[in-house]
Amino acid sequence: MSVEFKTEEMVINMGPHHPSTHGVLRLILKIDGEIVKDVKPVIGYLHRSIERLGQDRNYYTYFPVVDRVDYISICAAEAPLVMAVEKIGGIDVPERAEYIRVITLELTRLMSHLFWLGTFMLDLGATTVIMYALREREKIIDFMEELTGQRMMFNYYRYGGVNADIPEGWLEKVNSFCDYFLKMVDEYEILISKNPIFLKRVEGIGVISKEDAVKYGACGPILRASGIKCDVRRDEPYSVYDRFDFDIPTGKNGDTLDRYIVRMQEMRESVKIIRQAVKQIPSGPCLKKKLNQNFKIPVGEAYCQVEAPRGNMGVYLISNGTSTASRVKYRAPSYANLQMLPAVLKGAFISDIMAIFGSFDVILPEVDR
Amino acid sequence: MNAIAKLYTDLVTFIPFEPVRNGINLIIPALSIASLVLFTVFVLIWWERRLIAFIQVRLGPNRLGPAGLFQSFADALKVMLKEDIVTRDADKVLFSLAPILVFVPGLLVYSMVPVGNGLVVADVRVAIFMFLSIASLATLGILMAGWASNNKYSLLGGIRAVAQAISYEIPLLLSIMGVIMLTGSMSIVDIVNAQNTVWNIITQPLAFFIFFTCSLSEVNRIPFDLPEAESELVSGYNTEYSGFKFAMFFLAEYINTFTLGAMCTLLFFGGWRFPFDSYLGETGQLLSTQLGPLWFLIKTMFFFSVVVWIRGTLPRVRTDQLMAFAWKYLLPLALFNIFITAIVLAFINGLI
Repeated sequence: MSVEFKTEEMVINMGPHHPSTHGVLRLILKIDGEIVKDVKPVIGYLHRSIERLGQDRNYYTYFPVVDRVDYISICAAEAPLVMAVEKIGGIDVPERAEYIRVITLELTRLMSHLFWLGTFMLDLGATTVIMYALREREKIIDFMEELTGQRMMFNYYRYGGVNADIPEGWLEKVNSFCDYFLKMVDEYEILISKNPIFLKRVEGIGVISKEDAVKYGACGPILRASGIKCDVRRDEPYSVYDRFDFDIPTGKNGDTLDRYIVRMQEMRESVKIIRQAVKQIPSGPCLKKKLNQNFKIPVGEAYCQVEAPRGNMGVYLISNGTSTASRVKYRAPSYANLQMLPAVLKGAFISDIMAIFGSFDVILPEVDR
Repeated sequence: MNAIAKLYTDLVTFIPFEPVRNGINLIIPALSIASLVLFTVFVLIWWERRLIAFIQVRLGPNRLGPAGLFQSFADALKVMLKEDIVTRDADKVLFSLAPILVFVPGLLVYSMVPVGNGLVVADVRVAIFMFLSIASLATLGILMAGWASNNKYSLLGGIRAVAQAISYEIPLLLSIMGVIMLTGSMSIVDIVNAQNTVWNIITQPLAFFIFFTCSLSEVNRIPFDLPEAESELVSGYNTEYSGFKFAMFFLAEYINTFTLGAMCTLLFFGGWRFPFDSYLGETGQLLSTQLGPLWFLIKTMFFFSVVVWIRGTLPRVRTDQLMAFAWKYLLPLALFNIFITAIVLAFINGLI
């Protein structure tokens, strides 16, 4: 004989202000005890009309705005716009500038993954890892400050190359940082990866099967953790990525643990790419011709995509022959990944929300633009 | 230590009235231990903040006073001067009652704790029993705080806290049973006195680990700090509290952690005794009896530091995994410990 215990679903609001939603995301949760029955994400709290600004400002003055699309991985948002304008305008980029762009893109990937690691572990309760990760990130920020003059919002790429050449001794410093960093990644693995409490929190949680990942349009580490070997740097190589030798790490089950492992491996692969680029970088100019502020490009359309740390970041540019774009459309990876959240969170515990959402690595400025 | 106690007893005999003398004999030791504990908590807060900062590659408070020692006093002063907000639809009586119910039981335990040879406010014959019952009162306070805040997050925090506390109280009691069986008495003074030759950690190691884990859960410390999980519930059951009421929750958590360390040393590590004092003859006895409180403090601070170390290293356990761990692993282990202790005791007493 069983007695029916009358329960009610509770609607709880993980509001825009919350220590754990990375940015201002509002989640309206319907929970039954501790189990999530339904979740509705509400976005738009960080909308800054970045795409509309592209129609007001000319290409030269629009460029600093684009840094702010994703302020954790800055170069990954600058690069597709630069590549699209260069494609339509037929602007040549010297080899040295391409190599510098690759180095900064991979350093940006390291910065973003370190930040992700820190906040992911902070959500799970381990409060020390964020301090270690941010310590490494500070070192990379110091390199970028030497190179570009800015700690964030680099505004470094230019149409036709990069803004300034590498300072003296920068490459050697980056090289020795790579050795130090690989040791640190091993240290993090020792601290986290075999910890039974951590494994119980992430193993088998938030499983996304291969079919689901493709169906929902996932991209980036989420897609790779579900077992699909898909990376823009391999499938449609841009810049000089076809000259480097690196692996694409994939996972087996598509659970949170696999997403964690994939990103840790990606950090190591980025270090490989940086080392090769530092060795192979040729000498030469880094900007062939400095364009004046009101430069025009011919009428045309282009879509250029880049492997951002979070996935597939692309810019679709429509130009009407003037010095201002007719339409700039950003394809943000986090926007596509966030759509999967309600499906994945059904039936999870409240504590799992943090683990799963943290492993998605969603950054709200990208989502809202 | 003995000189101070002698001076005190001599002074009290000067007071003519018998009831007044008894009253003073009750109030002065209680007040002194309460104020000692509160002062220790201020030092503990500083110690934890510095230790966890060093683990996290940063410095912690280092500006106010030498090495930041006055930071806790500055924080206490600030928190007393803050506005006391009671949310509009909160249950006013329960809202104000909850911090008291969480704070007072934490202090009450220290009336039964011997910090030195004969230095105890009240040698209660059923001290362990009282300790556990008083500790359960604090859980009621947390549930009150969660409900009275009229806030879904706080309610979730309160519910989690009650589930967790209830699950871990049973293995806690059962692990202490082993010690009680060895000593034959529930009085803490007797337990400490019975460890004059060999400490209980040698004879009851499994019980110690179970006791430590269960106490960590009772105190709501990482890895069991779901009720106040910062990343999920903002601040759990004390989200809506501000001012002095919040300070009471905060102090209560530190007092409870200190109690964890105190109980570990008293029950398993010989309390106020110097290690191997029975083998050192005259000097051993002198060290233990005259400097008892010092060893007690050192050992308790060691356990407190281990708790802080664990806080800096481990992530949080999920609610259902937490309760599964208590019911499916700790409870059978504690019962197994009692079983083995009983068999060994039966051998020693010639019953088998």
